[in-house]
Amino acid sequence: MQVFFSMEGKELWVRVKGEVDLESADALRRELEASLDHAHPEVLMLDLEGVTFMDSSGLGVILGRYRRLKKQGGRVVICRPQPQVRRLLEISGLSKIMTIHPHGPETAGGVD
Amino acid sequence: MAGEAQVKNSMALEFLSLPENVGLARVAVATFAAQVDMTLNELEEIKVAVSEAVSNAIIHGYNGEPQGIVRVAVERTEAGLVITVEDKGCGIPDVALAMQPAYSTDPERMGLGFAFMQAFMDELEVTSELNRGTRVRMFKAFKGEIGK
Repeated sequence: MQVFFSMEGKELWVRVKGEVDLESADALRRELEASLDHAHPEVLMLDLEGVTFMDSSGLGVILGRYRRLKKQGGRVVICRPQPQVRRLLEISGLSKIMTIHPHGPETAGGVD
Repeated sequence: MAGEAQVKNSMALEFLSLPENVGLARVAVATFAAQVDMTLNELEEIKVAVSEAVSNAIIHGYNGEPQGIVRVAVERTEAGLVITVEDKGCGIPDVALAMQPAYSTDPERMGLGFAFMQAFMDELEVTSELNRGTRVRMFKAFKGEIGK
């Protein structure tokens, strides 16, 4: 798994590539926490286009960051999940509490 | 459980309860499953179910201790695949409670492991004994002429 960060105004863009499971979830959690501590974004934009596999370990990391951002008045937006990841987001109910965005950082042009 | 018919092929895998073996288990089972003409979507479902069952064995069965043995076995019959994931860990005190969606003892986990297994497989059977271990059996039925 690889994680790439960039700051666009008040949005922290995080592009995740590879598989997110029990093996990689802790590393993703640590990297996200460090970046949130450093950048204090209003919105965490999680670009999941490059995620080829995810299970509930990955969803737990997303839910944990959602709770953190919500407490601080911010939010999490999930961008371009692959169909199999989108299905997990729907079954888990995460798609009801977070926005799923069809675009990545090149075309999103900011989120309201 | 359905699928308890003549076994046409089988495989078994044993490994230590290490997180890096979760990927090994799901890829091995998916590769075995791909010997018959399953759809990519079905293979993805099998991968998630196996990943959840093996993650549960590591996190809950062995409480993250890396010296436990996890055994994954798959049998292919005409009807479908029977996938068994076993550990010799601490067992689940209340299986019915553990299988409820959003039941988790860890705030960073969603408690959706069994929910995903149930959603993606056709049958799910969990047997557990305290301090003896847990066995998860899942059945994925073949659609149409697959497996014949």
